[in-house]
Amino acid sequence: MISRRSFCKKSLLIAGGLAIPLSCLELFDPKRLLAEKDDTGARWVFLVDTRKCVGCGFCVKGCKVENEVPYDANVTRTWVERYIVTKDGKTHIDSPKGARDGFPNKGIDIGHGRLEEIKDDDIEKAFFVPKLCNQCDNPPCVQVCPVGATYQTADGVVLVDRSWCIGCGYCIMGCPYGVRFFHPVFHVAEKCNFCYHRITKGMQTACVDSCAFGARRVGNLRDPEDPVTRVIMTERVNVLKEEYGTKPQVFYLGLSKEVK
Amino acid sequence: MKSHVWRPLVVVLVVIALVLVARKFLVPADFGVGARGYMYGWHRAGNEQQWKDVKVKYKTAAFCKDCHPDKYDEMKESPHRNINCENCHGPALNHPDDPRSLTIDRSRELCARCHTRLPYPNSGRGVMKGIDPTTHNVGLDCVTCHWPHDPRKEGHKR
Repeated sequence: MISRRSFCKKSLLIAGGLAIPLSCLELFDPKRLLAEKDDTGARWVFLVDTRKCVGCGFCVKGCKVENEVPYDANVTRTWVERYIVTKDGKTHIDSPKGARDGFPNKGIDIGHGRLEEIKDDDIEKAFFVPKLCNQCDNPPCVQVCPVGATYQTADGVVLVDRSWCIGCGYCIMGCPYGVRFFHPVFHVAEKCNFCYHRITKGMQTACVDSCAFGARRVGNLRDPEDPVTRVIMTERVNVLKEEYGTKPQVFYLGLSKEVK
Repeated sequence: MKSHVWRPLVVVLVVIALVLVARKFLVPADFGVGARGYMYGWHRAGNEQQWKDVKVKYKTAAFCKDCHPDKYDEMKESPHRNINCENCHGPALNHPDDPRSLTIDRSRELCARCHTRLPYPNSGRGVMKGIDPTTHNVGLDCVTCHWPHDPRKEGHKR
């Protein structure tokens, strides 16, 4: 028969033992410490110049083909939004099929195949804003992934492990930028990964190569000589939804307050 | 260990052992070894290489240059100089091994991506040469009259 004193003692011992995290028992590992301090590699960032974008949508087309996102499905890793601010103060936004075919109409796509016509004289300002995954420094999608399928590489790019993703959709809900979707073929979470297979080979991303206007650029923030880094450091750049604390790494030139 | 109170403990230990054995087989060796701790490093490190190995489809104009220097040079002298060959000719993919894999897009819609007139003064679009596709030679491909490699030249007559 166990005594009350002994029971209490043992319970406390077990509870105390369980409270010790396994990491406390880990030995100091200099290699691991070095790995954590390692900042010799790249930190990929993106620069979007909204003043240069003409909404041709070649970037969206190029991205879909390069990254095998089904062409006719209404999902895309990157898209272009059109903003038209009229003189009555209203903002009209559309992105038909993510601008896969550009913007073939003057009218604003308001869904169900209907177009809202806006007179040329009513336009106060109008511009195009390309969007893509922000490859956040503090990515909420990585934190909410319960299985470690979404993760961040040392060079800052957030990738999705297709063989590991269970399709729970937490990352799709967690992303404040709405850049994630389910891949209709692989049935796992999908997102832009800065064409990881291209940038790691020294190439540009497919969307940057497709852009004839220099509205999109990709660069390495850890290289002070990189032209993109120079622009980010010296010009007035902006990011989307800074208030969420995700530290997005897609920087915008010429961003307007209408863009959310 | 004679007391019946301790018997469930054996069951629990067996379950834990089974879970640990199953985990040994199911979790790959490179899982969770990332340098940034559990918050960002909890993943299968080998997947990074899998993404790096994805096949490149768009090979850029530099790839086309060696075999088609005449076309390349003509383009570079024209107002269309910044457009990559593959934007209209499709991704190079297995070209030249399989020439048919090129999917050349000569459609009106392709040109209309940039040359549909949109009066937006605040973007680059406002200063581009544009037409109204609903009135400008409806039904004809643009390449009938305009030579896409150098739009200043006359196009194909078919």
